[in-house]
Amino acid sequence: MYDGGKIITGLIIGLGLLFSPFIYNAGKAAKTPEPVLTKKAKQAKECVAPKAFMKEWHMQLLDKWRHEVVRENKRYYRPRELASKMTLDHDLMDQWRYLVSIGKRHYIPSDDKVYKKSVEETCFDCHSNKSQFCDECHNYMGVKPYCWDCHIVPKESKEKE
Amino acid sequence: MAIDRREFLKIAGASAVLALGGKEVVDILVPGEVEASMKDLPIGQGKRWAMVVDTTKMDDNLIKKCQEVCHHIHNVPDLDSPKEEIKWIWEDDYEHTFPEQENEYVAEKIEKRVFPLLCNQCTNPPCCRVCPTQATWQREDGIVLIDEHRCIGCRFCMAACPYGSRSFNWGDPRRVMEDDRLKELNPDFPANPDYPTRTKGVVEKCTFCEERLAEGKLPACVETADKIRKGALIFGDLADPQSEVRKVLRERYSIRRKPELGTGPNVFYII
Repeated sequence: MYDGGKIITGLIIGLGLLFSPFIYNAGKAAKTPEPVLTKKAKQAKECVAPKAFMKEWHMQLLDKWRHEVVRENKRYYRPRELASKMTLDHDLMDQWRYLVSIGKRHYIPSDDKVYKKSVEETCFDCHSNKSQFCDECHNYMGVKPYCWDCHIVPKESKEKE
Repeated sequence: MAIDRREFLKIAGASAVLALGGKEVVDILVPGEVEASMKDLPIGQGKRWAMVVDTTKMDDNLIKKCQEVCHHIHNVPDLDSPKEEIKWIWEDDYEHTFPEQENEYVAEKIEKRVFPLLCNQCTNPPCCRVCPTQATWQREDGIVLIDEHRCIGCRFCMAACPYGSRSFNWGDPRRVMEDDRLKELNPDFPANPDYPTRTKGVVEKCTFCEERLAEGKLPACVETADKIRKGALIFGDLADPQSEVRKVLRERYSIRRKPELGTGPNVFYII
């Protein structure tokens, strides 16, 4: 082999660079996201849908809301309808089936609340701590939703809740 | 139990009517009721929203006040640059408001009047026809809206609009919060935390305050003008013959901006 030494040195350096991130992070688990609930969110006890649902499909729900508010002028949302499968469209139907499969089928909101389909007036009303709630998982997943380019995030107070 | 031919045809006919047009048939028999019960929670019930501007009651101050309130609640920034300007409601003189009025000898008091301009919410909106993504569209009640989520910023609609009602965001409107000079002009931007700002690269315009109509409130400019001078701006449903706008239009002579283009503007100016 001509210049064997140089080639092997180069290979070792190259492979070293390639694997450096893995070596650097070896043995360290990434911090599990721990979204913090505000006092208001804790007091409310329930969100517009069951926690399991919101965890995985809040984006689909928000997308649906967006469409209904902007395009169809339907501005109010009743969780009971979701619970009774009355207004489910096909996208959400699959997700509802999942909830059934994990035993959340009997989720019925405690009362027949009506929510305004609004990020600012409903979501941010309780979850006013974006950096500790939204960002916690979004950063972990490496997703960058651009909702906040336009929708105004409430100012976060420093006090611990 | 035997059914004779006559009986059978009767039942078949009745079922066909029910199957084909259950809702429509009921609508014809009991107009309005079914439709109303199918609607969402409180929403403006108008079929064709329109605004009437009583220009005899207009002046600089009143229009400025309306603009102030409108831009305040909709988080429209003052960018202090005619090139980048974003406007939902603004004012202009007679010549520029009604360029098709070719009369050289207009009554002086009319020629010197100022006119508030806003999106005409056309019945036949050219902006919607040219939008390649259907981001802008006409709602059933006639209001022309923009889905800012879908706007790609091509500005075809701005080229199509003969009234210059649309503004483009050349930059992020939130830059007024950082820029020292602009910060002074917009001290409380964004003033309404419940209304989204726009973002760089989208088109925006007056929406007839559809978010207020949904709550049964009048558009902000109408409410403001009413406080200063009653009846300066009148808002209502053209489809309803008993509405305030129809009443005013029946009684007084009004003109619209560039009606010869066939856009069917829904903002009327009483002269």
